[in-house]
This record gives sequence, structure tokens and C-alpha cells, in this order.
Amino acid sequence: MNPLSLALWTPLACLVVLLAIPASQKTAIKVWANAAALLGAAAMLPLLAGFDKSNGGFQFVERAPWAPSLGVQYYIGVDGISLLLMALTAVTAVVATLSSWNAIEDRVKQYYAMLLLLQVGMLGVFASLDFILFYVFWELVLVPMYFLIGVWGGPRKLYAAIKFFLYTLTGSVLMLLGILTLFFQHWTQFGTPTFEIDALLRLAMPFWMQQWVFWALFIGFAIKVPMFPFHTWLPDAHTEAPTAGSVILAAVLLKMGTYGFLRFSLPLLPEASIDRTIVQVLVGLSITGILYGALVCLMQKDWKRLVAYSSVSHLGFCTLGIFSLNPNGIAGSVIQQLNHGISTGMLFLVVGVMYERRHTREISEYGGLAHRMPLFATVFAFAVLSSAGLPLLNGFVGEFTILQGAFEANRFSAALAVVGVILGAAYLLWLYQRTTLGQITNMKNNLLPDLSLRELVVFAPFIVWAFSIGLYSKPYFEMIERPVARIVERVRPGYFQDRSQAPALAELAPPAAPATRREAGGSR
Amino acid sequence: MSPYFTAADQFAVNPALLLALFGCGILLLDFFIQPNPKSKRLLIFLALAGEAFAAGALLRQYKLIDEQAVVALRGFSGSLIVDGFSIFFNALFAAAAVLVVLISYRYLEVEGEHNGEFYGLVLLAQCGMYFLASGTELVTIFIGIELMAVTFYVLVGFLRGDRRSNEAAMKYLLLGAFSSGFLAYGFSLLYALSGSTRLDQIATALAQRPAADPLLILALATTMVGLLFKIGAAPFHMWAPDAYEGAPTPVTAYLSVASKAASVAVLVRVLMSTLGAHRINWEPLLAVAVLLSLTIGNFSALTQTNMKRLLAYSSISHAGYVLLGLIAGNRTGLTGIAVYLLVYTFMNTGAFLVLISLRQKGLTGDDIDDLNGLIHRSPGHALLMALFLLSLAGIPPTAGFIGKYYIFLSLVETGHFALAIVAALYVAISIYYYFRIVRAMFLNEAGQLPAAVPGLGASLGFLLTAAGTLAIGLFPEPIVRFAGSSLLR
Repeated sequence: MNPLSLALWTPLACLVVLLAIPASQKTAIKVWANAAALLGAAAMLPLLAGFDKSNGGFQFVERAPWAPSLGVQYYIGVDGISLLLMALTAVTAVVATLSSWNAIEDRVKQYYAMLLLLQVGMLGVFASLDFILFYVFWELVLVPMYFLIGVWGGPRKLYAAIKFFLYTLTGSVLMLLGILTLFFQHWTQFGTPTFEIDALLRLAMPFWMQQWVFWALFIGFAIKVPMFPFHTWLPDAHTEAPTAGSVILAAVLLKMGTYGFLRFSLPLLPEASIDRTIVQVLVGLSITGILYGALVCLMQKDWKRLVAYSSVSHLGFCTLGIFSLNPNGIAGSVIQQLNHGISTGMLFLVVGVMYERRHTREISEYGGLAHRMPLFATVFAFAVLSSAGLPLLNGFVGEFTILQGAFEANRFSAALAVVGVILGAAYLLWLYQRTTLGQITNMKNNLLPDLSLRELVVFAPFIVWAFSIGLYSKPYFEMIERPVARIVERVRPGYFQDRSQAPALAELAPPAAPATRREAGGSR
Repeated sequence: MSPYFTAADQFAVNPALLLALFGCGILLLDFFIQPNPKSKRLLIFLALAGEAFAAGALLRQYKLIDEQAVVALRGFSGSLIVDGFSIFFNALFAAAAVLVVLISYRYLEVEGEHNGEFYGLVLLAQCGMYFLASGTELVTIFIGIELMAVTFYVLVGFLRGDRRSNEAAMKYLLLGAFSSGFLAYGFSLLYALSGSTRLDQIATALAQRPAADPLLILALATTMVGLLFKIGAAPFHMWAPDAYEGAPTPVTAYLSVASKAASVAVLVRVLMSTLGAHRINWEPLLAVAVLLSLTIGNFSALTQTNMKRLLAYSSISHAGYVLLGLIAGNRTGLTGIAVYLLVYTFMNTGAFLVLISLRQKGLTGDDIDDLNGLIHRSPGHALLMALFLLSLAGIPPTAGFIGKYYIFLSLVETGHFALAIVAALYVAISIYYYFRIVRAMFLNEAGQLPAAVPGLGASLGFLLTAAGTLAIGLFPEPIVRFAGSSLLR
């Protein structure tokens, strides 16, 4: 069996087994769910081991007819970008599952079933090379997430759940119209019905139609990312979701939007993507998102809501990188997507740990936690610093590369984005100060137990990963170097040739450069 | 042409004859059997046997068309036609009728109205539908419509002791008679304009008339009013919520699925093959009806608290989606209509079946609140309902998505971008009310109603509808091909 198919369907197979366990056997269900998550992560290993970095195309490709009349195939494969995101999905699933051990005591079986179903959907989104297959997985994600928020969420869960669903669905049906337009164009131009991406790449479409399709896809992806002004579902969904749900939302679901831009919008609609107006609008929205998200964070009284808004700000960096339309920007964006998953995932776990102990998310209820919970304070510090982009940790790598790319594209937007970095450090450190440092002001915090062993294990994968990217990011950049180069070449034909004529830069210098500079930055 | 009843005539009318035979047989037999549930069961088997025979006759038609590779066979001097289109729609009616027969038994027992004529009427209504899908002559079509409508008036009012059922039947009868008048008016104008009642001859005669001919427009408009009424499309939908709510739930399912599909079949045949040359006249009218159906259906459904009313309004909006395929009018659009209606048969009947199965003596069980916490009481029902609702909303990988896929694709192909965007946005709105039901079932606290255990008929019904909804979504190929063979040529 194709290792990619194996990795994709392992969670579903585990789900079937889970359904066979009686609902009363709560411990057995929890044990199996964790085992399933580990199995899912283990299924990623053959992919990572067998991945060929020097190949810029899709690997582990598998193709089978599904509905030939509709032009839909089961067509999957990965390149460096999608493989990284799949790995992030698998690790996040492990973390999310283990973090739910004590938090979820109600309807346990349904809960873990939803987590596994969600995992299938997320992996499928990143593995699909057929646009309708992608769409099916994209929609598949909505249903389990709706239930995760709606059943196991906070006080305003019903509102948040339906808001999440409605927002995303509105975007995705409009996206579907864009997809169908592409399909129809291919049909009229080549006479074959197909949704496969490679085939759609051959399309020659008039500019107005590219624009039309671009905006249709944009709505779908921008809501998912979410880009300002489509972000209003996010604070509610993130805040009301159970901890594991927030972690998955932040770490993986938002990346589906940015991934969509990279996989579909840019390569399929190169002329629209490079259009001056469109780029200006998207960069403008990204910067607005960065600054607006950060400013709102400074105003938040709710710990979880603060972390949620920080996602708006951080994802603004990711879209800014993408629409810099150069190797640094895009590579930085991919790395930052990974980083955001790690650091914001940790921040949500941190909130979850405290919420389990105190059942409140008000920042003012806390203070001086470091006195009673030193381990917690350390882990929290890692999360904050990783998110704020401290050198040696992962966040710095992504943000720095994105800013390089943005600088190359437009100095003014890079300057504004840097303000966002500063604000980011401000709200995160201030949050840390208010909750963890100082004296214990609230007596309820006096008796809190520190992190248990299980909780430490939950944080461990993310902390290790944060350090490994921060200290040695080269393998990651190497993995995505060629796919990113392909995207850039597609959007700006001749970009690399123009560069190679410039004296200082070797042929493949642009994507490799950030890695070397990174190490210099790290040792500073 | 031979003036006598020929073998070709018999072949063309065979399924309808069998349905009428068994339908009347059941009506008669009902007088002679003991009025107890056990012997009533005999009638169910008889009805299913009638369906089996009719399906056999239909299958022979399909095989002959397939083997001889002919486009169509005609009977009764061109009054009836056997083509891919008629066979597809008749298969759809048969599926709906079988489902209704399977799910009615327990419902009628609970309501204390278990009378044998119910099954006879179901078959007779299907017999009327046969002439709608196969008829190519105005009088034949009109008789088919009336046969179907009259049996439905009776079926809607079948709960004689229930005031709402009586009221619904009266409303449906009055408005239905009114709309039949419109239809008769339209048909007679068509005859007056062309001098023939056969659709193909009307088409030739009308093709020579100028597009702006006021008589032609009047004929077109009145015919469309009559048919849109039967389809339950806005602005002629006023009867639907009351009739749907008051009717016995199996009849509501039958009405929303089969009666709608049959009327759409006539509309497609008349508009595409007979009035195809005058698209410029009917397309704007249809577009208005579609936009109103989508708007009224979806927005009214938002505030409903009664499940049957909610599904009635949702069915109005689904009529809008189906008619969008006619506006596009190309291959994809017409295939889309066929696929959509078939898919709708499974998912909508399934949703009603859940309501039927949950119904308990003395409790209405039709309010959304009655479904509160259903996942705790009967998880099977809740999961099935969720499946049907997701499909109604068009979320992949359920069958509903395939229907929406075709409709949207046909709009994109024919450049109706504005309509496509509006229709797509209404999908998002529909999610809100479908998910109100999901919320009640999965997220709300459990209500007081006891758990429900589906009987044999309901279990079979569930099996068929759920398998249809899932299988068409996951493996659309066979159904899509079948629907593709149904195209008018």
C-alpha cells in the first residue's frame, strides 16, 4: 500500500476500532485514542524517511478513478510543504488527544471519534491533488469541529459552533464556484473533465476570469486563515472550543487557508496573483490583520481570547509572506505556519492547564503563578518566547524570513510588519507578567498543583520541536526549497534567471540563503 | 397508424396499467378482509407486489431501449413515449412509492387510521405520475396530473379525525383546483395556437411564431403557473407548508418527493422540447420563480419550530435549486435535475422517516424541541437524521453534494454567475436551520420522550434511504450515468 494512503487512512481505521469499544469503557477508549494518535504519527515516519528533498514535484503519488463522469479522482501526493503540514497535523493530534485525558469526562467515545474524524479530514486536505477531493476533505473537517465546539465547549459554545460553521461554509461554497469555473475552463480548452491540479495548471485563462476565480477562492481561504476582516468567527470559536479543539484549530485548521493560497491560488492563477491591485489589497489586509490583531490582544482581559487574537496577528505574517511573492517570503510563510502551530498550540495548552485548575480565563484572576507552579512558569515562558519570536526558538526563524521577503517586495509594508513584531512581544510578555510574575494576589491560586507528568509529556513534543527549528532550521528550508521555487517560478517566470545574473547570488541562493543567515542570527 | 390497441401501445402503458390494476385491487380487497392489523399486512404485500410487477415492466422497457439502441418508443399515436427520461423518472417514483409503503404501516397504526385504501391510493398516485413522465400529449398529461392530484387530496386528508389533516386537505384541494384551472387554460391556449395536442406538433407549430406573440406568452405563463404550483415553487407555494404539516407524515414525504419530481418532469419536457425555441420568454419567468423560491423557502425555514413545516419550506428552496438546472438548460443542468431529484428522494424521505419512527402514541413528536437530546435516547435515529440533514444541506461526501455540484456546474457553464453566487450563499443560510435540528439532537439536553424502536418496515426504509444517501455521495458513478441516459434528445 502507498505509504501516503496508509498515513491518510490510519485514523479512519482507528476510528472504526474505537466505535467497537463500548461507551462505558472510558479508560479503554482513552487508551485506544492515544494509541491511535501515536499510530497516526508513526504512519508519518515512512513518508518523512522516504521523502526526496531534491525532487520538487509530488511524491508518494497515488491515483485511482473515483467518479470519472464527474472528472473526480482519488489522487493524492505530497511535496515538502504539504508533508510538513501533515507532520504538524499528526503531532498536534497526539498532543490534543493526550491533553484531553482529564479535561473530557462527558461523552468520551463521541469526543475521541470526532478527533479522529477531524484528523482524517485535515490530512486529506493536505494530501489531495484533486480539487474536488480537496473540497470533500475541506468540508469533512467542519462537521467534527462543529461538534467539538458545540458539545464540549465553553459557555457560549452553541453560538460559537454555528458561527464557525456558517462562516467557513459561506467561504467554501463560493470557493466551489471558483473550482467549477476552473473545471469548466479545462473542459472547454482540452475536452477532458478533470479536477487534478497538474492538468488545471495548463489552463490559459483570460485575465478577468482569473480575477474572478481568484476572488472566489480568496473568500474560501481568507475566511479559513482568517484574514482581516473575515476573522470575527475566530475569537469565538477558539475561546469556546475545548482545549484540544483550540489547539487543533490554531495549529492545523487555520493552515488549511494559507495552504490553499500556496497550492491553488498562486500556481493556478499566476496572473491574478501578481496583479498589482490584488497584491496591494492582500498585503494591506495582512498588515491590517497583524496590527489590528496585536492591538486587540493588548486590550484583552480574557486569557484565551488574547491567544485567539494573537493568531489573527500571526497569520497576518503568513499571508504577508505569501504575497511578497518571492522565495524568502513564501518559505518563511511555510515555516511560520509550522511555528504558529507549535507556539500557539502551546499557548492554548497553557490556558487549558490553568482552566482545568481554576475554571476561569480572566487574566486578572491570576498573578504570581510562578511561585506555586515553577514548572508551569517555565513551559509557559517557552511558549511565550517562541510565539514572540525570540532568537534560538522557532518563531524568530519564520518571522525573520518573512520580513526579509516583505522587505524585498515593499519596504514600507515590511516596516509596518516590524511594528507588529514589537507589539507581539509586548502583549505576550505583558500577559506573562500579569499571570505568572509578581506576588500571588488571589488566594485561590495558592494551592494550585504544578504540572503533572502527563501534562509535561503533552508539552514535550512542541517544546522539542520549537528548539529544533530554532537551532537548526536548515532541513526544513531544504524540504520546502524546491516546491517554493516552483511556485515562485510559476507566478513570476524568470525570477531566478534574473537573480542568477546578479553577481552576489548563486543559482539557488535565495531559498538557501535564509538558512545560513538563520544560524548567524541564532548565535548572535 | 393503427387505430387499434397495438402491442406497442400496451408496452408503453404496461407499468401504469399494472399500478392501476393493483391499486384498484387493493381498494376492492379492503372490503373483504378482516379489519385487523394482521390482515392489513396482506395489503402491504400486495402493494409491494404491484410495485414489483410495475418495476419489472419498467425494466423491460429499459432493456428494450438499451438493446435496440433506439432513442424512444411511442404508443397511442404519439401520446405516450418510452425514453430514457420517462424511465428514469418512473424509477424515481417507484423508489418513492416503495419507501412510502414501507414506512406508512406503523404511522397509520399509531394514528388509528390504518385503512387499506391508503396503499391503493399510493399506487394510483404513482399511476398518475407515470403519465406525467411519459405523456407527450396535453390531454394525457392533464389526466395524469389530475389523477395524481386527486389521490393526493385524499391522502393529505387521510387522518379523518385530525382537524389539521382535514384543513390541509381542504386548502390543498381548493388551491390545487385553482391551479389546475390555470393549467387547463394554458393547455387550451397551446392547442389554440398550434391546432394539436401533441407536444412534438405543438413545438413545430410554435417555432414559427414570433417570440413577442402575446397569446404565446399568455399560454406559456399560465402553463408555468399551473406546473410551478404542483412543484411547490414560490410564489405558488402557499399551500405547501399547511399541506405538509397537516398531512400524515408518509404522505408529506411522498408529496414532497414524488409529486414534485413528476411535475418537474412535465415542466422540463414542455419547456425544453416543446417551448425550447421560446426560451427567451420563459427563462426570465423561471428565474423570478427560482429567486423567490430560494429566498422565501430559506428565510421562512429559519424561524420554524415544527419539523414538518421546516422541511416544507426547505422543500420550496430545493425546488428552486432543481429549477436552476432548467435555467441553465444544458446537458449538465438536465442531468443535474435528474440527479438532484433522485438524491432528494432518498434524503428527504429519510428525514421524514426519522420523524415517523420517533412518533409515539399521544405525542405529536413533530417539534424541533421533541428531538432534544436525541443522541442520548436513540443514537441511531440521531445519526441518521444528521446524515440526511447534511445531505440536504449539500455537504460532501453525502449525496446532496452531487446534486448541488451539477446544478452549480451547469450555472457556471452557461455563464449564470450571479444566480450561481446567490444560490451558493443560500446554501450557507440553509445550514443554519438544518443545524438547528442537529443542535437540538446533539447539543441540547435530553427531553422527556421515551426511546423509539423502529419496526421492520422502518428499518428497511432506513436501510434504503441511508444507503442511497451515502452510496450516491461516495460512489456517484452509476447513478450519474443512469441520470445521463435520461437526457431528452
